[in-house]
Amino acid sequence: MAYFFLLLFIIPLIRKYLQTSTLYKNLDLHLVYIRNFSGIILILFTIAGDKYEPTFNFVWILIYLYILFRLYKIIHIRTARVLFIAGAPFILSLIIFNFFEFWTPKFFLKYEDAFDGLSVIGLVWMFSYGLGAANQYKIFLKEQEQRLKEEEENKKILARKDILEVMVQERTSEILEQKQELEKALIVLKDTQDQLIQSEKLASLGELTAGIAHEIQNPLNFVNNFSELSIELIDELKNVIGPDGKILEGQALDLELFEDINQNLLKINHHGKRASSIVKGMLEHSRNSNGEKTLTDINTLADEYLRLSYHGLRAKDKTFNADFKTEFDDKLPQLNVAQQDLGRVFLNLINNAFYAVKEVTKPMVLVKTELEKNNILIKIIDNGIGMSAATQQKIFQPFFTTKPTGSGTGLGLSLAYDIVTKGHGGFLVVESIEGQGTTFTVKIPIS
Amino acid sequence: MKILVVDDEVDIQALFLQKFRKEIKAGEFEFSFAISGENALEYLSEHESEAILILSDINMPGMSGIELLRKIVQKNPKPKPVIMMITAYGDSETRKTALEIGANDFLNKPIDFNDLKERLHKY
Repeated sequence: MAYFFLLLFIIPLIRKYLQTSTLYKNLDLHLVYIRNFSGIILILFTIAGDKYEPTFNFVWILIYLYILFRLYKIIHIRTARVLFIAGAPFILSLIIFNFFEFWTPKFFLKYEDAFDGLSVIGLVWMFSYGLGAANQYKIFLKEQEQRLKEEEENKKILARKDILEVMVQERTSEILEQKQELEKALIVLKDTQDQLIQSEKLASLGELTAGIAHEIQNPLNFVNNFSELSIELIDELKNVIGPDGKILEGQALDLELFEDINQNLLKINHHGKRASSIVKGMLEHSRNSNGEKTLTDINTLADEYLRLSYHGLRAKDKTFNADFKTEFDDKLPQLNVAQQDLGRVFLNLINNAFYAVKEVTKPMVLVKTELEKNNILIKIIDNGIGMSAATQQKIFQPFFTTKPTGSGTGLGLSLAYDIVTKGHGGFLVVESIEGQGTTFTVKIPIS
Repeated sequence: MKILVVDDEVDIQALFLQKFRKEIKAGEFEFSFAISGENALEYLSEHESEAILILSDINMPGMSGIELLRKIVQKNPKPKPVIMMITAYGDSETRKTALEIGANDFLNKPIDFNDLKERLHKY
């Protein structure tokens, strides 16, 4: 009877411990039946007394075994396992105890102490294991709590992560937008740069125009003068020839006049060519460079642009005055270069040189060519104001200029640098001492 | 009359010699040439005390015509030479400067030789 009574306590314990009402509904139902059944049995016992006890002994044994069996079926669950291990020995001891008491009462009475001991051991085992398990369960609960907390934390982190991801996406799209804007700006900048390069070319053409006008005017004057003279000389010759084509009596052809006419025609030819080569040079300068390379006499090219630079500056500024010299190495081989590009480099360097000598007492610009192993060196040397080391470092940067705003585009030297290095595989080097002068060296490999 | 022509263009010499060939033959003019200011000063120091007319270009590399003019005026040689300046850039500023320093006349390029002859005959 006590065993049914015990069930009334054990079953709620199991149900609570295993959380059967939520996790094992079928088992829960059975446990509820068993509990109710035990309740009824207990009531019956109280009414009917102890006389049916032996019969019911087997009933409770079956109930206990059934519970153990159900627990065993879910032994992989920690809580079930704890209940099983804690309960099984005790129940077994109870079964043995009752079994012997019922079937072999003599044997049982003889060894009653041992059977009692066995039950006590089962009981002690159940309690000690149960306590240990309870402790463990507490720890487990704590851990679970911890885990829940962590999960909560993780959820929070995840939520924050989501927010962050949204932010990152927003940022990314912002950055992408900015990138697109920058790319657009870059395209605009490149266009502007192209325009600036073009306007730099035009600016240098402007600088050239006056020089070119002067350079053309001179040969044209000669062409006009020598042709007029030749007409006069021929008229003079005609004077001694009669209408029949014969030389008039007592007269002679002045052979010197023939020689003069011949010389004049040569001069007309020479100056005509000179003018046309200047025009050609001008056209080439203004034309978009395609970088096409032709065999070129560097000395001639340097000389040409030295003169253009000089006369250009001269025409622009009446007070400008400077001496210039050339020291050309006659043994230079012809070079394959982009003439108008390299011409622009010379023009720019020489213009700068003349600009630098403006304020000095004996202004002098020297253009020198030399052969150095496999390179041709073109040096533009001035005795002008020179540059500080800081300025020297910046002069090849685009848009850097020491001239007053509006006077220079700041692209001249940067373009020159590109033409020499990228266009011709050469070097453009500057050496300068403040107050003493500057030397620009253009170095172009022969091969 | 002795005339010194200063110009960095060498062909100017042949031009003058032919343009003035009649006058040269007739012994009216006698031409000398210098191709730079420095060259002209050398010539002048070698030919001191000769009555002379100087025709100088202004735009020459090195010493400009204006500087040459200033140097000659500073030297103040006797007899005082007649100095005519010639320039392709005939702006009034340069003309004013040249005349102020002491040039006797100012011509523009291209040279009108008939005009030049008339002017030369005045001296």
